[in-house]
Amino acid sequence: MAVVEIKTITPPNGLAEFWFYFSRNKGAVIGLAVFVIILVLAAFAAFVAPHSPSIQNREVLLLPPAWVEGGRLTYFLGTDAVGRDILSRLIYGARFSLFIGVVVVSISVVSGVLVGLIAGYFRGRTDTIIMRVMDIILAFPSLLLALVLVAVLGPGLVNAMIAISLVNLPHFVRLTRAAVMTERTKDYVIASKVAGAGTLRLMFLTILPNCLAPLIVQATLAFSAAILDAAALGFLGMGAQPPTPEWGTMLAEAREFIQRAWWVVTFPGLAILITVLAINLMGDGLRDALDPKLKRS
Amino acid sequence: MKKLSTLLAATAIVTLMAGSAWSKTLVYCSEASPEGFDPGLYTGGQTFDASSRTVYNRLVEFKHGSTELEPGLAESWEVAADGTEYTFKLRPGVKFQTTEFFTPTRELNADDVIFSFERQYKADNPWNKYVAGASWEYFSGMGFPDLIESITKVDDLTVKFKLKRAEAPFLANLGMDFASVLSKEYADKLAADGKMELMNQQPLGTGPFTFVAYQTDAAIRYKANPDYWAGKEKIDDLVFAITTDAAIRAQKLKAGECHIMPYPNAADVAELKKDDNLTVLEQEGLNVSYLAYNTLVPPFDKAEVRKALNMAVNKQAIVDAVFQGAAKVAKNPIPPTMWSYNDAIEDDKYDPEAAKKMLEDAGVKDLKMKIWAMPVARPYMLNARRAAELMQADLAAVGVTVEIVSYEWAEYLKLSSAKDRDGAAILGWTGDNGDPDNFLDTLLGCDAVGGNNRAQWCNKEFDDLMTKAKATADVAERTKYYEEAQVIFKKEAPWNTLDHSLVFVPLSKKVSGFVMDPLGIHRFNGVDIAE
Amino acid sequence: MLRFIFGRLAVLVPTFIGVSIIAFSFIRLLPGDPVMLMSGERVMSPERHTQLMADLGLDRPIYIQYFDYLVNLLQGDFGSSIVTKRAVLTDFLQLFPATVELSLCAIILAVALGVPAGVLAAVKRGTWLDQTLMGTALVGYSMPIFWWGLLLVIFFSGYLGWTPVSGRISLMYFFPQVTGFMLVDSLISGQAGAFKSAVTYLILPTIVLATIPLAVIARQTRSAMLEVLGEDYVRTARSKGLSPFRVIGIHALRNALIPVVTTIGLQVGVLLAGAILTETIFSWPGIGKWMVDSVFKRDYQVVQGGLMLIAAVIMVVNLIVDVLYGFINPRIRY
Repeated sequence: MAVVEIKTITPPNGLAEFWFYFSRNKGAVIGLAVFVIILVLAAFAAFVAPHSPSIQNREVLLLPPAWVEGGRLTYFLGTDAVGRDILSRLIYGARFSLFIGVVVVSISVVSGVLVGLIAGYFRGRTDTIIMRVMDIILAFPSLLLALVLVAVLGPGLVNAMIAISLVNLPHFVRLTRAAVMTERTKDYVIASKVAGAGTLRLMFLTILPNCLAPLIVQATLAFSAAILDAAALGFLGMGAQPPTPEWGTMLAEAREFIQRAWWVVTFPGLAILITVLAINLMGDGLRDALDPKLKRS
Repeated sequence: MKKLSTLLAATAIVTLMAGSAWSKTLVYCSEASPEGFDPGLYTGGQTFDASSRTVYNRLVEFKHGSTELEPGLAESWEVAADGTEYTFKLRPGVKFQTTEFFTPTRELNADDVIFSFERQYKADNPWNKYVAGASWEYFSGMGFPDLIESITKVDDLTVKFKLKRAEAPFLANLGMDFASVLSKEYADKLAADGKMELMNQQPLGTGPFTFVAYQTDAAIRYKANPDYWAGKEKIDDLVFAITTDAAIRAQKLKAGECHIMPYPNAADVAELKKDDNLTVLEQEGLNVSYLAYNTLVPPFDKAEVRKALNMAVNKQAIVDAVFQGAAKVAKNPIPPTMWSYNDAIEDDKYDPEAAKKMLEDAGVKDLKMKIWAMPVARPYMLNARRAAELMQADLAAVGVTVEIVSYEWAEYLKLSSAKDRDGAAILGWTGDNGDPDNFLDTLLGCDAVGGNNRAQWCNKEFDDLMTKAKATADVAERTKYYEEAQVIFKKEAPWNTLDHSLVFVPLSKKVSGFVMDPLGIHRFNGVDIAE
Repeated sequence: MLRFIFGRLAVLVPTFIGVSIIAFSFIRLLPGDPVMLMSGERVMSPERHTQLMADLGLDRPIYIQYFDYLVNLLQGDFGSSIVTKRAVLTDFLQLFPATVELSLCAIILAVALGVPAGVLAAVKRGTWLDQTLMGTALVGYSMPIFWWGLLLVIFFSGYLGWTPVSGRISLMYFFPQVTGFMLVDSLISGQAGAFKSAVTYLILPTIVLATIPLAVIARQTRSAMLEVLGEDYVRTARSKGLSPFRVIGIHALRNALIPVVTTIGLQVGVLLAGAILTETIFSWPGIGKWMVDSVFKRDYQVVQGGLMLIAAVIMVVNLIVDVLYGFINPRIRY
């Protein structure tokens, strides 16, 4: 049986060593920089965005970007079908994407780790049942499962996040469980058990910190995947609902203008790509910095 | 076995087609897959285009391009003086289509007509439940089960419909798709073979085109019916290329991959018009979109409040933003292409100042209301959400705070009917048979409160006019009643009438003889294509 | 080996029952009722509504509905669509070949480009070539493919007019469905130009669907290759003076491919998820588009039956991948 093999992970000796390895990966540093910029833009959207994301200027429907003939500098990336500034909507949209990522990752990490710890620590019937449920979730293509789930719960941002968290769950459960199973037979665990540590203490304070590295890497991946999935759901009309300036939803609304106004289609997608790419670059850097096996090579 | 026979059929067709060397193939980029091929079972326009309007005929037909009736399979008909008996004389010598899967041995007769209707309401008819969940939606939607007393065969070519009461729109209803006439002989054969479900997969009728094959979600193929009673069509082959995305349909049309397409994106119309190889036909659709107040809930029970709110909304702006001009502002609840449209009526003027004052005079301050926006695009309202946002902005200007709400489509339909609905709902209607009764009484009559009457509006005066108009078959008299009813409607303002959409059909200049139908159907008989 | 396969099959049964429970209960929880949807704007009387619910069997207690459903499943009856009234299984079998054809082409493209790219990047580790290849792979991995598809359509179909916009083959060609694979059928038909037409229709959807698997495979190949290149036996082979081509091609690649094959197997679920978006964009008549349409039409029975069938396909494919993995990896013993 192919079990994910997890090497023993020595916790990095402090932040300095982490940064040393992380910063050796130029891509990761660029990714981090871009991510920070997006983060700042999102946080200060109200000050940065030239217009309100929801005010419709009926004078300027489908205005092209500034550098195209007919464009205006005040609407740098053009306007959409009801005269809203695309740049401002993208800036505000960053809030939604990052928020989705954070919420989804938090929910799936917390619940996934919890369930994984339980399965890996107790083994036996509990383990079997949990893993069987995870198998069932994994038997569906994630996007399809999320789509049907959102259809059941009702289209909307919150439900989309719940659905995506659920389909992400098995990855964290499996990862945690595998890590716990390798750790629990280790000497240090047995030692603290002998020393009389309680179950909870063993689970959370002894074992968990030693399984953190792969979880962090997986969480980064889940972060970018969540943004993509939420955008895909929005694109299919099941994510955030208009007029929310969520990027995928903007794309879905823009589809009918694909022939006439390329900019309303191009920019939201580009925003998704850049954000996801930045996070994935960071993820690669994190893996390099946290995974000693790769440090060697 | 079934697979093998379709395979053989298809092979035979290929040889057939190779012989005809692709002469005169018309390709129509249809907007959706047909739900099936038995028009009685379904309600989708794409299904009707693909079945009833190609393969089948009805007793009476709508003239191309109008809502007037002309003889179809019935050559003539008589209506009894009290309006409860209709006797149809069938056209003699009408042949059913000969196909790969069935060869008819007799011509159309009264049995076929009776079979086509009885299967839709007689529970003991073996065809009443021949597919799982058959519900004959239109037949019951038009009230036929409560209307028809009996259908009898007088002789081979004469059928008599006896009604329980006089119903002026009955004849127009017989021109509708669900009233298509099927072959009883074919049905009997399928029943004998135990393959009844094929009626819905391999249709066979008397119409201008013979069904060849359906490639699921991709294409439907027909060839001209050589035995068609009105003469063989000029085109040899007809193909429906199913293309659900409107932008892609437009691209295919431009690329010459199809010759006619329905329902372009409003945004693409201007560009399609610019194309030298294309013509864009346009017409007002037989529809209306409206914002229905709940007239049972204060302060919307006051006509002056509803009127003031109507005046606060810039409907032209909605038409511009949602339809990019592909719609006209509506002032009456029926569309202008329909007879009895009262053009003398003046619309409530867009005047926020006056609206504000009227609200104050009515004692309404700091009004908070909900506007319900449909979650789906319909022909009469492409984007209810966008329209609601515009209304929200307009109403804010007169001090009314609007919250936009939306539900799942099925939920929306159900909840919006409730008498205690909180808020005004955007909805609309597409006409079925071109009769004003189908709009005015269906949507605004007292009987429809708690149902289709989303304004929950019951006005005695209005309702009396509806009853009177239904009882007579005299069109001039009916026109008078309906015109008066529209005056009452405008005075009472249970709705804000938003728009009638314009329907566009872009087509290649090579195509001739295609006419737009106000009923929204797409027909290809009489169409020709230049080589 | 056989014991292992039977063991896995035994595990599949409870999983499948679990899947059926999930598919079944989801659908019962869907808001809105199918009968309302059938009538649209046209409101029906409460009596008629009750009657139709009864006709569809939706008025019975839920556990009885489930039990009936399970019994029907065992007889191969996955229910029939509320909208089209056709059997779900019939539609699935009709549309599934289109999805398989698209997915196979995508996976072939992904492997054909991904493996060499990964090997090249590993061999030229640290050079600009490595960085370009891996940078591109990461962009591909981060791609919102629904947007990517739209861009390709705008450019290749709209602007250049090179490729058709949607569908599987030009309507010019019409021949019987023998295998359901358009590429094969068009060849069998013997009609001139049919195969070429099928290929042009397939190109853009294949590229879109292959994007993410291609990136994953390239990255995976590179890291597997790097690991193997560091192993002793490769160093030995090198020091023995074997040509770099033989070292990389025969010794290293063969071992590096083992994890890559697993990755390819794992891409099946990813492919099916991608197919949902790709088929929607290109109106590709496959099961992905069918499922999305059905979700939007609230076609209870199709969503339920489709979920079951798709889950079954994925489980079977995963089983096959596990078995294959056992064959190619001699280190694994069951």
